[in-house]
Amino acid sequence: MRRFRTAAAAALVTALTAAASGCGGGSATNSGGSNDKPGELTYWATNQGSSIEADKKVLAPELKKFEKRTGIKVKLEVVPWSNLLDRILAAASSGQGPDVLNIGNTWSSSLQKSKALLPFDDARLAEVGGADRFSKAALAATGAEGKPPAAVPLYSLTYALYWNKKMFRQAGIDGPPVTWDELVADGKKLTRDGHHGLAVEGGNPVENAHHAFVFGKQHGADFFDRSGRPTFDEPGNVKAVKQYVDFLAADGIAAKGNAEYAQNQSVKDFATGKAGMLLWQAARTSLLAHGMKPDEWGIAPVPFQSRQDATASGGKTEVDSMVAGINIGVFQHTDNLDGAMKFVSFMTSTKEQRILTDAYGSVSPVLEAQQAKPRDKDEAVLRSVLSSSAAPLPQVPDESKFETLVGTAVKRLFADAAAGRAVTEKTVREALTKAQQQMGK
Amino acid sequence: MTRAVTADSAPRTPAPPAGDTARRPTRAAADRIPAPAPEHPPAGPGRPAPPRAKRPAAGSPLRDRVRSAGLPYLLLLPALALELLIHLVPMATGIVMAFKDLTQEYISDWSAAPWAGPDNFRVAVDFDAPVGEALLRSFAVTCGFTVLAVGLSWLLGVTAAILMQDAFRGRGLLRALFLTPYALPVYAAVITWSFLLQHDNGLLNHVLHDQLGLTDSKPFWLVGDNSFVALLLVAVWRTWPFAFLLLTAALQNVSADLYEASALDGAGMWRQIRHITLPALRPVNQVLVLVLFLWTFNDFNVPFVLFGKSAPQSADLVSLHIYQSSFVTWDFGAGAAMSVLLLLFLLLVTAGYLLLTNRGRGAADA
Repeated sequence: MRRFRTAAAAALVTALTAAASGCGGGSATNSGGSNDKPGELTYWATNQGSSIEADKKVLAPELKKFEKRTGIKVKLEVVPWSNLLDRILAAASSGQGPDVLNIGNTWSSSLQKSKALLPFDDARLAEVGGADRFSKAALAATGAEGKPPAAVPLYSLTYALYWNKKMFRQAGIDGPPVTWDELVADGKKLTRDGHHGLAVEGGNPVENAHHAFVFGKQHGADFFDRSGRPTFDEPGNVKAVKQYVDFLAADGIAAKGNAEYAQNQSVKDFATGKAGMLLWQAARTSLLAHGMKPDEWGIAPVPFQSRQDATASGGKTEVDSMVAGINIGVFQHTDNLDGAMKFVSFMTSTKEQRILTDAYGSVSPVLEAQQAKPRDKDEAVLRSVLSSSAAPLPQVPDESKFETLVGTAVKRLFADAAAGRAVTEKTVREALTKAQQQMGK
Repeated sequence: MTRAVTADSAPRTPAPPAGDTARRPTRAAADRIPAPAPEHPPAGPGRPAPPRAKRPAAGSPLRDRVRSAGLPYLLLLPALALELLIHLVPMATGIVMAFKDLTQEYISDWSAAPWAGPDNFRVAVDFDAPVGEALLRSFAVTCGFTVLAVGLSWLLGVTAAILMQDAFRGRGLLRALFLTPYALPVYAAVITWSFLLQHDNGLLNHVLHDQLGLTDSKPFWLVGDNSFVALLLVAVWRTWPFAFLLLTAALQNVSADLYEASALDGAGMWRQIRHITLPALRPVNQVLVLVLFLWTFNDFNVPFVLFGKSAPQSADLVSLHIYQSSFVTWDFGAGAAMSVLLLLFLLLVTAGYLLLTNRGRGAADA
């Protein structure tokens, strides 16, 4: 009996220690990456095209090219947006993950603080050709100012106004609106017989937070002050959120049903002519997928508060969009550091940038690749917005909290408006104050 | 009663044919007929009886005792180790996390996170502050939702089970049909529901508004206050087949004689249900309600697939709320503290429930 007990105890202790060490796995070992497995790489790519399969088709020939050149085999996994962040966090906490990965650029400072990614210090930046190769706007969305970037820009995106040419013609409108007042006026003309002026993705917190940020900028407000403290309910932000929600509430140019849109139904509504305008990032491939022809839509910069804001003074206009995009980074616990750096260089090389951004309809953050003639009107507009009037979202570690809390508050305001409840400055301020209070604990 | 007797008598039938014993190596049978053992050399791995019979002569009594007493524990060991690994260790880790200030800064090295003491808990239960207030509201919503969902699921389950008790044409088909929601993958089923519940093109609004004209305007089901009803609807739809399944199984043990006898005494259907069916179902109900409660209270899949990462306030179930306060906002310490509070609450409720129902049963049996 005793022997059995000893054996049982030993087994238990083993199991426990195994489990305990499993929990803290990767905490101390090979921090900073190693070169234990030089022959292969694991790459997590975000979903950029119309589907995961489409992305694999785009990337496969490029990865083959890389393998031919370096002899390194790249194992590709395209991770859907909905669980990319969870996957990265799990990888960071366990130390088990890819070698190279894509991140949404708004997560840069959070991930920078987590030390899950190898920082691109000057030496590493030199390996990919130096910081000067990238556009300033894209580089601003790679982490906190003054710290080495957590990841380098891979694809840039930004919001633009898409408008339905035929619907505009029928309503007797000459061209796209330049100011929000014009947009509301045009929207009212377009809103009739079951059609609406504008489609918004009201049930999607992330979209809501992006628009709240841009409107806030236009009202001279920020969601964080210089020291990184939240300032959600300052008057400019209240005006900003109200102005956005009013498209559905007071102005009535967006359909009530938009309040629950969270699966890109607004893109479909625009493509099928149910709504005359749409604010979206690089919608081209989605619009084509929904059967719209390229000459049926027009593309213009997102409107400003006044015509004066829209005209460039000294080459710089007011903000009317955000620097959205994807960054590419190297995982802290990579076991093929050299290969990972080679792969990042390859993916950000001018030639690959042209191929990939053309396939995805995004804009290259690499200046040299931007010098080529724009492939279509969409890219021309996106490029000019990115270079003149787009600002990066706040580069603070709590940025994802901001997106969640403010985005959710706006989602609930949309729901209130859709249910017929009044949305006033007071209700907006209360919602934002509550969101802000949840930031600090 | 008759059914029970036949079931019991099976092993007691003396000297069944040899092939039959081989197929049913119950211990009773093996012990009572040791004689055939030498005649039939062990035919397969399923017959441990003959070697066991020889042992006492060879080994010492102590070793034999250890062997026979230790074997069950040895067999339990893998399960125990896995239980530790899969249940207790993560639970303990979660509890430790709750006392740490674990944000994204420390995610790649948890042990470096500073101890927060009871701070995370203090924030979670400070119901005057926004975080605690939101948690409390979410908790209240979850309680209301759970009571309604479990109650309705049970009611539907028991009604259907009783109605399906007597054999009739098409009963099997109906039973299978009733069980389909339970057999469908959650994601596919709930996504389908989210299409049905859409404001513009959903089937529900089409029927309610366009065809029946019951509402002045199309109501919203996935945002706003109605989302509670929508969530309840989908949850009940998903859970009641399980109640139905268990109760149907339990009803098989209620003897038809009892119904016949009570019918002769002039008992109607309601009296039969009250005095025969429900008391007979009592032990099953005890477990069923508890399991349904725990599942429903902790349900994550249904609200997550229906509403996404941020649920409307009226349907903000606590598990989704905790997910939002930890994963989506990168504050794992706070999320862990809320989870620990939830665990404590569920433990308390479960213990109280078992205590109450067991005592009640003891009194009834005495």
